[in-house]
Amino acid sequence: MTTAAIIGSVSGIVMTVGGVWGGQRLVEQRGGGVLWKGLAVLLIVGATVAGFLSPVPALPIVNESIRNLFFHVPMWFAMIMVLLVSVWYSIRYLREPSAQLDVLAHESAKTGIVLGLLGLATGSLWARYTWGAWWTPDPRLNGAAVAMLIYGAYLVLRGSFQDEQQRARVSAIYNIFAFAAAIPLLFVLPRLSGPSLHPGQTGNPGFNQYDLDNTMRKVFYPAVIGWILFAFWVAQVSSRYVFLKLKHDDK
Amino acid sequence: MPVLLREISTLLAKDFRLEWRQRAALGGLLLYVGSTVFVCFLSFSLRGGTPPPPAWNALLWVILLFAALNAVAKGFMQESAGQRLYYYTLVRPQAVILAKMLYNTLLLTAVALLGLFLYTVFLGNPIQDAPLFVANLLLGAVGFATTLTLVSGIAAKAGGNGATLMAILGFPLMVPMLLLLIKVSKNALDGLDRGLSQQSLLTLLALNMIVGATSYLLFPFLWRG
Repeated sequence: MTTAAIIGSVSGIVMTVGGVWGGQRLVEQRGGGVLWKGLAVLLIVGATVAGFLSPVPALPIVNESIRNLFFHVPMWFAMIMVLLVSVWYSIRYLREPSAQLDVLAHESAKTGIVLGLLGLATGSLWARYTWGAWWTPDPRLNGAAVAMLIYGAYLVLRGSFQDEQQRARVSAIYNIFAFAAAIPLLFVLPRLSGPSLHPGQTGNPGFNQYDLDNTMRKVFYPAVIGWILFAFWVAQVSSRYVFLKLKHDDK
Repeated sequence: MPVLLREISTLLAKDFRLEWRQRAALGGLLLYVGSTVFVCFLSFSLRGGTPPPPAWNALLWVILLFAALNAVAKGFMQESAGQRLYYYTLVRPQAVILAKMLYNTLLLTAVALLGLFLYTVFLGNPIQDAPLFVANLLLGAVGFATTLTLVSGIAAKAGGNGATLMAILGFPLMVPMLLLLIKVSKNALDGLDRGLSQQSLLTLLALNMIVGATSYLLFPFLWRG
């Protein structure tokens, strides 16, 4: 490993931890927040417009369809962030149980599922035009499908309990267990399993950091930040809705 | 001997004794493996002989996967809530999960080896690198046991349709593991250079450790209810 790679991965970890910490603050925020919500809208709209209009380098295979980088990849980033937030809520729930933390973990996980499905849809559409098939047995695609199955199982598990406290505790355990057992592998497996068509893998041109030229970076990073903020926003709104419902039911 | 080890060995002995007393469950498991292998044999004998290596590999893992699900599923589910409460007063939860994982590992290792034996007897033996194949099989048995033990505990908590829930919860978690296992066993079947399998084997080992450690940490919370 070179020094640059070490610095890169350390700063990646720092940014992820910071993102999870900040994400919790944003999800739990009540009132206000015009600034970051406005920023999310601005960044997503801006990145979408710029994503279609800005010049992109003409690379083999991904020519023009490389624009999917501005949509597909930020969705996965946002999914991972909001799922990490969900796992963190689950850990907090096990330390000091409260109905609030359970709702927050559940709604964050649901937001993650929605973003994952969006990521699958944009990827599939892209694959149809680039590879000629909606779905291929590629390690990355399989990994994404497994992640969606895991969170589907999480929802099924939640549905099979009558007792609320029991449901909250057991689903928090499954959330943590599944994340720890499967999600890291989704990053490791594609690197292990050899040839892949997915951009950025085994010499395919694409979303690899070395291929990102500077104009693309200027659109890509804002898009990532915008989608992550948007994910926290959705989680916030949906958890507020559930809290209101709980309050209403109590009366 | 430290308390934890003593508790684990007592629980392990209890599990073996229970299994021996209720031989129906064990017999059912063996019959399950035997009959699936026999069905495979019958259907392939229609085309006169043994399946091609890829089909051989796929069927072996399907049989082992479902045998593992059946074997582990009864672990926590056959215990009543009263029994659990009784254990709770006697031993610490870490001992319960470690003993259960150890027991399931031993059970699945036996099932896997027996399954492989029957399978090679009936469907031929295309394996070119037997030591690697068996080592991978054992890693698979350990991996199935560690992953499914906590899952069966979770499914048992939900009550009702525990076995179905266990399949739903367990399968997605086992897919990454299965991908690695099937890849290495294909390499062993074809007698490819062992260096090609090294990384996957190491990942499997690391995965087993992660799963074991998270089960150890999470089980006390599951038990508290």
